Amino acid sequence: MNDMTPTREQREAALEGMGCKRKRVEDIRFTQGKGNYVDDVKLPGMLHGDFVRSPHPHARVKKIDDSEALKVPGVLAVITAETLKTVNLAWMPTLAGDVQMVLADGKVLFQNQEVAFVVATDRYAADDGINKVVVEYEPLPPLVDPFKSMDQDAPVLREDLAGKTSGAHGPRKHHNHIFEWTVGDKELTDAAFNKAEVKIKEMISYHRTHPSPLETCQCVCSFDKIKGELTIYGTFQAPHVIRTVVALIAKLPEQKIHVIAPDIGGGFGNKVGAYPGYICAAVASIVTGKPVKWVEDRIENLTATSFARDYHMTTEIAATKEGKVTGLRVHVLADHGAFDACADPSKWPAGFFNIVTGSYDFPTAHLAVDGVYTNKAPGGVAYRCSFRVTEAAYCIERAMDILAQKLNMDPAELRLKNFIKTEQFPYHSALGWEYDSGDYHTAMRKMMETTGYAALRKEQAEKRAAFARGETREIMGLGVSFFTEIVGAGPSKNCDILGIAMFDSCEIRLHPTGAGIARMGTKSQGQGHETTWAQIIATEIGIPADNIMVEEGNTDTAPYGLGTYGSRSTPVAGAAIAMAARKIKAKAQMIAAYKLEVHEDDLEFDIDGFRVKGLPEKFMSMKDICWAAYNSVPPGMEPGLEAVSYYDPPNMTYPFGAYLCVMDIDVDTGVYKIRRFYALDDCGTRINPMIIEGQVHGGLTEAFAIAMGQEIRYDEAGNVVTGSFMDFFMPTAVETPHWETDFTVTPSPHHPIGAKGVGESPNVGGVPAFSNAVNDAFSFLGSTHIQMPHDFWRNWKAAKDLGAVA
Amino acid sequence: MAKTHVTMKVNGAEVEGLVEPRTLLVHFIRENLGMTGTHIGCETTHCGACTVDIDGMSVKSCTMFAVQAQGSDITTIEGMANADGTLSALQEGFRMMHGLQCGFCTPGMIMRAHRLLKENASPSEQEIRMGISGNICRCTGYQNIVKAIQYASAKINGVEFREAAE
Repeated sequence: MNDMTPTREQREAALEGMGCKRKRVEDIRFTQGKGNYVDDVKLPGMLHGDFVRSPHPHARVKKIDDSEALKVPGVLAVITAETLKTVNLAWMPTLAGDVQMVLADGKVLFQNQEVAFVVATDRYAADDGINKVVVEYEPLPPLVDPFKSMDQDAPVLREDLAGKTSGAHGPRKHHNHIFEWTVGDKELTDAAFNKAEVKIKEMISYHRTHPSPLETCQCVCSFDKIKGELTIYGTFQAPHVIRTVVALIAKLPEQKIHVIAPDIGGGFGNKVGAYPGYICAAVASIVTGKPVKWVEDRIENLTATSFARDYHMTTEIAATKEGKVTGLRVHVLADHGAFDACADPSKWPAGFFNIVTGSYDFPTAHLAVDGVYTNKAPGGVAYRCSFRVTEAAYCIERAMDILAQKLNMDPAELRLKNFIKTEQFPYHSALGWEYDSGDYHTAMRKMMETTGYAALRKEQAEKRAAFARGETREIMGLGVSFFTEIVGAGPSKNCDILGIAMFDSCEIRLHPTGAGIARMGTKSQGQGHETTWAQIIATEIGIPADNIMVEEGNTDTAPYGLGTYGSRSTPVAGAAIAMAARKIKAKAQMIAAYKLEVHEDDLEFDIDGFRVKGLPEKFMSMKDICWAAYNSVPPGMEPGLEAVSYYDPPNMTYPFGAYLCVMDIDVDTGVYKIRRFYALDDCGTRINPMIIEGQVHGGLTEAFAIAMGQEIRYDEAGNVVTGSFMDFFMPTAVETPHWETDFTVTPSPHHPIGAKGVGESPNVGGVPAFSNAVNDAFSFLGSTHIQMPHDFWRNWKAAKDLGAVA
Repeated sequence: MAKTHVTMKVNGAEVEGLVEPRTLLVHFIRENLGMTGTHIGCETTHCGACTVDIDGMSVKSCTMFAVQAQGSDITTIEGMANADGTLSALQEGFRMMHGLQCGFCTPGMIMRAHRLLKENASPSEQEIRMGISGNICRCTGYQNIVKAIQYASAKINGVEFREAAE
């Protein structure tokens, strides 16, 4: 054999396909400051818009006087709700079937709500203009506590809904009630509780937090009056949907709207929804005839764009005294703020919260969710989670620990006893989902063995004894968490947004030289799509990943897709890539057969080309097939080598994982030390292990922030008291723990390449691991549940309340 | 508002411009000079996305006025690649160690790490973590950023980089 002939391994390595730690192609530009984010977009004659915002959480707007503002040099226009009414855009539809004011129409409903939009020649002049707009308010009583929202004497927040006894999701019980959603078998569940040997009940809150990507939400809108075309550059996780929404509400033909999402500086769900800034910038561009840029500042981002969580979950488990669960009952009070602007698929008022049975084989369950209005910012986004899965996972993982405590069982053992067994998959949960695949026992046991779980429990027992003897003031907690995610929204039978089914798409075009381009309906916000999508193509059709350019985010060129959020890109668009690639491969096989003068069934695919079965020397590379596709295709075949796939998945995917957090807490100061954090993830087939590990690190860092300190908090008067990075906890390199990562691989049986998605898993599984560690540390002092976030003060307070501190 | 003439050196080149006294340095760099690698994340000196190097110090350019930089010598991310256009040790480190995802914090991180390594060419992990504690990353956490800086440190010192075991 010729020494120059590359080996099988060398040919495989040259492709940089799936399973390889391919270095990210994005990084070449990002490390040199050559990314192109929205604020980097500069158009000739561009103006800048900025908002006048309400200092009051609830007030009537008596009068807006813009006369002084219009005298400010550089200020060109002040847009109010009255202006927007002339173009029928004073209110906009939300993703959840509600409507939302674009600018205050008659009254304001939360602090920092948008009241007027000032347009000026530069951002400094716009700011000057804002300070000169005089707004006369008549303050109204604020409603902050969701538990008081449905009191008889609670103030009426949404006067526009007066007299409406039903909303988008059924009947309304009260003037501040949005919806009630129930699912599961109530009778069967009540029966399970009536005969239960053991029961637990706890009110478990998941506080209000915020995604806070480092880049805030922003856009540049440019209306061309001559062509009647609107171009919008924006921080959009779902550019196509934004275009459709704009077409529907602005009554512009969809093909005359060009939506471009350039590089995005993190999204985490914050950039899914539509915000007043987008509408106002578009209207301002139409009014002034010039491009208008709107860039949100950090305070605006934290206080007025989509919050996350704010679920108060009364949770009950029924079980046998041996620890076998027999029923789950959950009632959620969901604080949605002033407008129901939650980013959930249309059919699901509380997202996929009904995955709340988690990884456990509950024979029966019943769930009820009440959504209520309060004087807080609207939103309810899926922050690094798939539509309320994070809340569900936290709820069940805390509840299982509370049950273990009641039964005096080890929490890991209780979980092993109740896991859905490998042979039960596909598994139908009591609340209606079909889990595709899983091997929970293996993952849990691997976690326990790798971390030396038994020894850690022994150490904990010794430390508790030492604490009791007064020899130490430090307590130790082991936080076990096992989660099942539901991602890959989604199948059209389950999911749509405003009536558009949640498929996704890929178009691949290979050129004569063997290089090509893939265009996608998804939009990376840092997940590395340009790198990983090319890896799937490399493995599927044998073209080196370096020869494939991946393009996303331009609605003029990308096929229609539903975008990137809820860990849906790999489960849905990743499948679309494989299916488009397989269409190309099928045509390539016909071309190869023609060129090699054999029947196509006599060919087999071999890494980077086709080989005649039994005649290894008769081989045609994909590169040569690409050339042939443009000059010598079989008679009757169209030239070219391209394909498009719109993939509607048959089911969601269900990644899972086993996490352990080892924490020490000083009871006198509340200061915690995270000694170890181990995260085992099973996301099915792993496309790029380096990128998966990075996603896990990032997700755990965000989980750490949420569990241990991060909160959007309001005082009783409705003021946001956590409106900047000064008081909204952002972990730095100093306090962020070291992460140990591990994995098992249980491919999804219905996904073309078996991949399940991973980006959100560490956040979903991480938060309960931290919280369980804190609760586990304190449990021997007599507590069952301490609410998050577990910052130093709250830890100290817990120790004090439990009598450990004088 | 009356404007003031400022001159300074940015990435080795003399630049000048007319700015209002209140113009922030980050806006001067991004808008007047058109160098958009320096990013704005918080406008309150917390996140570090706007970090640049001024006269041998890491400075957050979102809370400094352009007029305060009169006569100074500034390096931004656009001035960090090697003279031949290849990635510098730090830039290479961030790519090799997967020290970034969305890339928004990256220029600020690199600028801060650049000064850190100038001050201490072989920092310990703890010194690196303390050294970059004024820069926030939301996507990828800090573990790989620390590794990226360790990689660059090894390369600058001409020693072999070994990843610490998990």
